Amino acid sequence: MENFTPASALIGGVLMGASAAILLWFNGRIAGISGIFNGLLNPQRGETAWRALFVVGLVAGAALYALLHPAGYTPRTGFSPALLVLGGFLVGFGTRMSGGCTSGHGICGLGRLSPRSFTATAVFLLTGAATVFVVRHVIGIQP
Amino acid sequence: MKRNIIALVTGLLFGFGLAVSHMVEPGKVLAFLDVAGNWDPSLLLVMAGGVTVTLVAYRLIRGRTAPLFAPQFYLPTRSALDRPLVVGAGIFGVGWGIAGYCPGPGIAALGLGTWEAPVFVAALAAGSLVYKWLSEGGLRSAPGAAPQR
Repeated sequence: MENFTPASALIGGVLMGASAAILLWFNGRIAGISGIFNGLLNPQRGETAWRALFVVGLVAGAALYALLHPAGYTPRTGFSPALLVLGGFLVGFGTRMSGGCTSGHGICGLGRLSPRSFTATAVFLLTGAATVFVVRHVIGIQP
Repeated sequence: MKRNIIALVTGLLFGFGLAVSHMVEPGKVLAFLDVAGNWDPSLLLVMAGGVTVTLVAYRLIRGRTAPLFAPQFYLPTRSALDRPLVVGAGIFGVGWGIAGYCPGPGIAALGLGTWEAPVFVAALAAGSLVYKWLSEGGLRSAPGAAPQR
């Protein structure tokens, strides 16, 4: 557990929780990234601008941190593009099917004590861990 | 206008939080999911920090009839623990365990100049659109095929 970074993890988590709280308090919206993104893929009148601006902010927020603290981000090198495409496709497919991801079901849904979100979060944590076990310890790929 | 500013600011805050917590680094996420390896519990604390805030905030906000800048709250209305919820979450977890990105970090990483982010986001969009297409009838050309939801 020498890579455990409790302080930055807690601070980052609190910032995301604050973002979700403000978005709900002011705009009445759930900060579910897959839901916000899906609304851009199939745009509806009056639903595009705020979603696009949230996504612009999301990208700019990460860029801003890397700019202020270049040593705080280590990019992964040598990862397989095929695995990235496969993983990305399954994430897109699955999150649309289940109506949420780590932010919508995880951070927002758990805070709302939603039984659907507790179920989804338990399932994706389980299949995520099982997948990494198979990829790393059964097949033996160490990405 | 006010709503759009809030959207931009909350997006910024979320992306900044993702980067602060190192969740934009797929290696960090995979190390959390790798319970049989060199386990890194950081993601658990990210969730704990986020959920603590939303738990308190939702208790405070719940009593209001409307948000400050919008006519109503737009909350999920479905409550059934149905098959799409469970199967979809299962598929999402498999993809997450392969790529090391979920949607938030994958999109936020577009701001970090890595080749992985645009590839992941394109595949993410493709997966989402294919599910929507299939759920609306997809390959079944029979007229009147009921959409899944």
